[in-house]
Amino acid sequence: MNRVPVPAALALGDDALVLSHRLGEWAGNAPVLEEEVALANIALDLLGQARALLSLAGDEDELAFLREERAFRNVQLVEQPNGDFAHTIARQLYFSAYQQLLYGQLASGEGPFAPLAAKAVKEVAYHLDHAEHWTLRLGDGTPESHARMQRALDALWRYTGELFEPVEGVSADWPALQDGWSAYVTDVLRRAGLTLPEGPREGAWTAGAGRQGIHTEPFGRMLAEMQHLHRSHPGASW
Amino acid sequence: MTGTDWPLWEVFVRSRRGLSHTHAGSLHAPDAEMALRNARDLYTRRSEGVSIWVVPSSAITASSPDEKDPFFEPAADKAYRHPTFYEIPEGVRHL
Repeated sequence: MNRVPVPAALALGDDALVLSHRLGEWAGNAPVLEEEVALANIALDLLGQARALLSLAGDEDELAFLREERAFRNVQLVEQPNGDFAHTIARQLYFSAYQQLLYGQLASGEGPFAPLAAKAVKEVAYHLDHAEHWTLRLGDGTPESHARMQRALDALWRYTGELFEPVEGVSADWPALQDGWSAYVTDVLRRAGLTLPEGPREGAWTAGAGRQGIHTEPFGRMLAEMQHLHRSHPGASW
Repeated sequence: MTGTDWPLWEVFVRSRRGLSHTHAGSLHAPDAEMALRNARDLYTRRSEGVSIWVVPSSAITASSPDEKDPFFEPAADKAYRHPTFYEIPEGVRHL
């Protein structure tokens, strides 16, 4: 097997870990029980991916629980707060569409991530299916659900440009990734009766330096909650 | 939005090829497509199934407990209806 590029394993692993934790925050708070289980299942899939990826980069617990904010390499999209249900779905649609295309490419390659991507791509196909179905229903639902879904898509749009900045050590065709992503998202939003957000996704006025360790304000609070148990009781186990 | 606003669905799961779908439980969902997905998450997360049916609970006509005697009791003393008078070959399972 090829040598694993550590920065790449961290970037992909942190994406999965952080989004997994965000989705886990819905446990006990989701609008209906069925949806709570659906979100928890997605969170657990992502946690499995995160564990595999972070284990390639070092000790998974140390990496998850003992790194400072600036050492995390996830994109800023995944650390955005859950907001209302529409925000959670918009974040998932943007991210799962990206992840499915990326893992699809990695799975068909020969790189060190190919075996992991081959397994993950099936999980992600379901995450994307779930997000797509909810986007269609919220967009084509009531005036209230339509307005909320559009607001969520608009609010998170500025975080999507960062997804397509090449990650060191990940051999993907990034322009093709971006084209595939745009075509897919455009099609889903059209079918849902929603408008593709306008506004820049790259350049000085957009968000996105998560891969360099710069994160948004809510991320620190999320990390505090995620890490405090391990930091208060080092080495504790069930 | 609460779960009670959504219709109830009955879930049937086929655990293996060759077996029939078995009632697994029920759930709430806004429509059939979402009911299938919720069923996948609720009833097959430990690889219990290879196929799922969802049926609106309102579409099911059930026998009433009051009719139990006329419905089921007459069958009780008719042993000749049971296929107990011949050997079942080894290879035939799930008969």
